[in-house]
Amino acid sequence: MTLRPPALLSLAFLALAAHAADPIKLGHYGSLTGKDGAFGAATRKGVILAIDEINGKGGVLGRPLQYLVEDTQSKAGEAVTAVKKLISRDKVVAVIGANASATSLEAAPICQNAKIPMMAISSTNPRVTEVGDYIFRICFIDPFQGAVLSKFAATSLKAKRVALITAVNSPYSMGLSAVMRRDFTARGGEIVAEQKYTEGEKDFRAQLTAIRPLRPDVIAITGFYTEVALMCKQARDLGITVPFIGGDGWEAPQLIELGGKAVEGTYYSTYFSAENDAPEVRSFVDRYRAMWNNEVPEAVAALGYDAVYLIAAAMTKAGTTDSAPLRAAIAATKDFPGVTGRTTIDEKRNSAKAAVMLTVKNGRSQFFEAVTP
Amino acid sequence: MTTQSESLNSQPSTLNFPLSEFLQQLLNGLSLGAIYALIALGYTMVYGVLRFINFAHSDVFMVGSFIGYYAGKHVPERTYWGGLLVLVVAMLGCALLGMLIERLCYRRLRGSATLNVLITAIGVSLLLEYSGQVFFGATPRTFPDIFPSTNFAFGSLVISSNQILVIVVATLLMVALQLIVYRTKIGTAMRAVSLNPKAAQLVGVNNDIVISFTFGLGSALAAAGGILYAINYPSIDPLMGVMPGLKAFVAAVLGGIGNIPGAALGGLLLGTVETFVNGSQWSTYKDAIAFAILIGILLFRPAGLLGKFTVEKV
Repeated sequence: MTLRPPALLSLAFLALAAHAADPIKLGHYGSLTGKDGAFGAATRKGVILAIDEINGKGGVLGRPLQYLVEDTQSKAGEAVTAVKKLISRDKVVAVIGANASATSLEAAPICQNAKIPMMAISSTNPRVTEVGDYIFRICFIDPFQGAVLSKFAATSLKAKRVALITAVNSPYSMGLSAVMRRDFTARGGEIVAEQKYTEGEKDFRAQLTAIRPLRPDVIAITGFYTEVALMCKQARDLGITVPFIGGDGWEAPQLIELGGKAVEGTYYSTYFSAENDAPEVRSFVDRYRAMWNNEVPEAVAALGYDAVYLIAAAMTKAGTTDSAPLRAAIAATKDFPGVTGRTTIDEKRNSAKAAVMLTVKNGRSQFFEAVTP
Repeated sequence: MTTQSESLNSQPSTLNFPLSEFLQQLLNGLSLGAIYALIALGYTMVYGVLRFINFAHSDVFMVGSFIGYYAGKHVPERTYWGGLLVLVVAMLGCALLGMLIERLCYRRLRGSATLNVLITAIGVSLLLEYSGQVFFGATPRTFPDIFPSTNFAFGSLVISSNQILVIVVATLLMVALQLIVYRTKIGTAMRAVSLNPKAAQLVGVNNDIVISFTFGLGSALAAAGGILYAINYPSIDPLMGVMPGLKAFVAAVLGGIGNIPGAALGGLLLGTVETFVNGSQWSTYKDAIAFAILIGILLFRPAGLLGKFTVEKV
């Protein structure tokens, strides 16, 4: 008996293991800093938690996941550079997309041309996945969210007159406002005022003053949290006391930090509530808090977490990380169980899932009700 | 606040609402314009003395509000003395910063082509903006409530104490500035340097001190503008100075660059016009209108509303 064959075998095994341990690169671009920084930063935390858990269980296809992230600084145009770098220099096999639709829309054509599957996180504008067959999203879309908000305003808040405030340079805000305008009117309500602003502005007193004499029952702001918080503050200063409602663009700790008392009693729709009693949500919240300094996960963190697991499941099913089979596997996702509910990717590469309405009460966001349009 | 609902009880009569809406918008516009005016004064003073646009001025405005942010954490919230203390600290800090910028960057270039100084000013502006992102971070911060705030309702006209504060502080500072320029020795020296730097030197004015003082004074006003802006719009970030700075520059040109009452008038006018546009259906064109005003003024009245037309000596 000689030692040669086992030694050779073990050498071959080592070589195989070394090859097998090559990490699978997963890219992520998003606004980690800047005006919408809270979204990207929260998504990043959810993504890291998921990757950590998957790697702890031996990775995907026997290989660990490697996380590569690029910050778009909430600036227009940065997403293009970020995603080009991820694809051509870092050679990622899949990309986790941004939160704002505008950012995802910038990067999507590049992913599509490179045939790298992209999973947008909370980009709800329908146009995002229309870019091509490699572009997916893990969230619901604006027509759904707009219908939810219209129904909520009409039935839960019993509103007849709604004033609409739109960020004109945001495809998300424009899309959501368009749906609300149609749906709320279809429910017999009236849009009594429409005002516009540009993201990054800080003075909204003029628009609010123009709305005030029209006496709406509810004011809907379809933009993002920084402007929403400033708007609520200025509205309360002007003596406007009606409730404000909005979409998932509101959800960030800064809404309450900046808005303070002014955002009390406002409502917004989102994908996920950390107060949900379902066991998988409970356990996700516990693990997230343990990893991230006791922070409570927001919807965008939960979506990031689900996105990683969904892509990992597709890789396992495809048995490879090659782009075409991976794309097909993601597209075939059905009833994928995640913390934001069951996800089915439809023929337009959107995710169908339910929405929850949260309300700000005593300085924190609380579950109000689940709404299906 | 109770009067609010009472006044809204009546049917929306066509006579009542436009007037109260008009007054409210006027007030909104004036409080925004007062801040533009404070920043515009800094542009105009430096231009008056040195004949160049200090583009770094809008970033001194940003630094002012960040000094206020950090100083505001060390005083009790919602007190007048605490708020005034923060205001003074920010003004002193920015005065020092302004003098430092002048000493390190512009003084060496004095006497060289205007274009060189102008490009240096843009460089200093970018340096401040991006160092701001390094030191303060790019994420917007929430400015603390340093002054107590209440709202007063007169019918449907609601005035917040912060708006009054902005208008009062801005007016006081502008009056003080006017007194400094026309009633003090250093003010006379400033005007002398503005009129003819060489002749001023001949009669014994120390130009370095005067110019340094001008920068200090202008920067202190920018800091006051920064604090007042942050009180009204409490989300601050390192790039917050860019837009207000551009608007204030338009205001300074509108009123007649180099002319102090002109800058105040230009600021108030621009703030009011902007607010009225913003409240109308054309709100998207707000900035376009501000810059169209700039182009119009440059075309038809290059010296500005209160400026005197002078022939540039070659």
